Amino acid sequence: MDYAAVVIVEILYGISVLVIISAGLAVVFGMMRVINLAHGEFITLGGYAAITAHSLGLPIFISILIVAPVVVAVFGLIVERLIVRFLYGRLINTMLATWGLSLLMIGAMTMIFGNTTTGIPTPISGFTLGRYQMSGYNIFVIIMAIVTVLIVYGVLKTTRAGLIARGAMQNPEMANAFGYNTSRIYMMTFTAGAALSGLAGGVMAPLVGLNPASGANYIAKAFITVISGGTSVVSGMLSSATLFGSVSQIVTFLSTSVIGEIALLVAAVVLLRLLPTGITGRFLKDRV
Amino acid sequence: MIVSGAKEIITTVIVGLVLAYGLPLGIDTFTLTVLSIYALLGLSLGFIWGFGGILCFGQAAFFGLGAYAYAISAINFGTPWIPFFLAIIIPAIIAAIFGGMLFFGRLNDVYLAVLTLVFTLILYKFMNVTAGEEYVIGKARLGGYNGIPGFETLSLPWDPSEYIYGDSLFYFSFTLLLVVYLGLRWLLRSPFGRVMIGVRENELRAELMGYDVRLVKTAVFAIGGGVAGLSGSLYANWAEIVTPNLFSLGQSAEVIIWVIVGGAGTLFGPILGAAIMGYLKFLLGQQSLIDNTLVLGAVLVLAVLLLPRGIFPVIVDAFKRRGWKRRAPANRPPRGRRRRRERRDEQ
Repeated sequence: MDYAAVVIVEILYGISVLVIISAGLAVVFGMMRVINLAHGEFITLGGYAAITAHSLGLPIFISILIVAPVVVAVFGLIVERLIVRFLYGRLINTMLATWGLSLLMIGAMTMIFGNTTTGIPTPISGFTLGRYQMSGYNIFVIIMAIVTVLIVYGVLKTTRAGLIARGAMQNPEMANAFGYNTSRIYMMTFTAGAALSGLAGGVMAPLVGLNPASGANYIAKAFITVISGGTSVVSGMLSSATLFGSVSQIVTFLSTSVIGEIALLVAAVVLLRLLPTGITGRFLKDRV
Repeated sequence: MIVSGAKEIITTVIVGLVLAYGLPLGIDTFTLTVLSIYALLGLSLGFIWGFGGILCFGQAAFFGLGAYAYAISAINFGTPWIPFFLAIIIPAIIAAIFGGMLFFGRLNDVYLAVLTLVFTLILYKFMNVTAGEEYVIGKARLGGYNGIPGFETLSLPWDPSEYIYGDSLFYFSFTLLLVVYLGLRWLLRSPFGRVMIGVRENELRAELMGYDVRLVKTAVFAIGGGVAGLSGSLYANWAEIVTPNLFSLGQSAEVIIWVIVGGAGTLFGPILGAAIMGYLKFLLGQQSLIDNTLVLGAVLVLAVLLLPRGIFPVIVDAFKRRGWKRRAPANRPPRGRRRRRERRDEQ
């Protein structure tokens, strides 16, 4: 019984991690059809922001939940103005330019923070469940994933800003004709996506040793989650994160974590072969 | 066409001879060897991307597969030449299977790019965990993160004690580069090449004319995989060790950067891009002030924003504009204000 609870929590945790690390990408890709290959480095930057803020004496939850998203949002704003806005509608060029940005950021972070692994201690202590020791922070990650999904869904579905953003993505000319500045809307959406990436970096910081190249650990998983999910931001991300999170955690239980990750990647290749437009390209159409 | 083909072969051979004698005067052959290998790898991606219209983000996978195929079979066979050919054939077959799966599934653009990237990552992760005793192919241990050292390198077929290394490895690699370049040029002139470019230009039209687009793309992808495998096996000979880093994201990114910088859509551009960026990387490796990756990234961003066609086409255009190729000046399209005005009128 306890063991079943542990397994379920672990699977939920696996799904939550996928949701958290792909939320930023899902917003940017799902809404704007922009593929940000520097997404992993955005997350890493969020992690460094949280660690730096914490070492400067700020309380850990402020570092994780406020400093990290704000820093990365500002950075995302700059990137959008300098690079991405010239490339809207040119999917391949955006991918290439952001891949360059990703290398540039890895280089810059190596020069600033050094090629070493750093981290911060986990702020929540563990607890015991029957005979098993559980990590309290994993529960926090699950809660954060739920909160993230609710925020994204809430903003897109219920607020006026979300409505305008969705409208502008569907038909930029029409939005322009109604007097909305589409360039500004694109800018704000990209910044919001960057903020979510920063939040992911902050939340993941106590869990992983952070080094300048650790973005590569996130990018593939975030990507296949978003691409396999298809174009619907929330439902696509949730469905594919659930599928891949379960697959990778179950395989991890049966073998090792690396084999679990490989299973995740293989599952993605097979899924995209079967459903080339992603899960929401076939099912759950017309949802947010 | 036969005349111009002969002219091209002669030009390539002459340019090649000049470079083969000229370059070692300025740069040591150890570096030049790896530049030729990179050029070959760049050429493979330039071919499938620029002429086949297939953007593969994981060309490093076939490069690494070639290197591993060479190393593993060299340990098992003990002779270098069977592995040398296996290192071309195996990546080509894997590319055909993987490519076939993608193209027959009608995957395109982003999905293709992401899946090829994921394919590389799977290999990278897998090769990194193969450190244990149980991961053995024949007599070769895969060695995980440490890679495979100590395999037989290339030697003269008639005299196995004469190893091909140093200067001779450079001339060997450089010759192969020229041969592959001419081979791909010939292929592009052949009926298959015409169909391939037709597919790049308009898939639907090619298909309506009765060509099997999926088959053509798979074949192109396999050829690219074979060339990348060849460069991988040469790399294994040059480095005398193969490690999982051959499959890394950075390696894949570099190949893309070479092609972008040199100019996709030409065969010579990727070679030029690989040589320039490879040498830049070599120079940057000698100083510790600026991080290598930072410069590569900045070059890629700037190239996409400012020079999306690459260096080589721009150079060619510049020469043409100066009347280097003598054409009747009256036919030349007007430039500057007049051109802009005409363009506006056309719209």
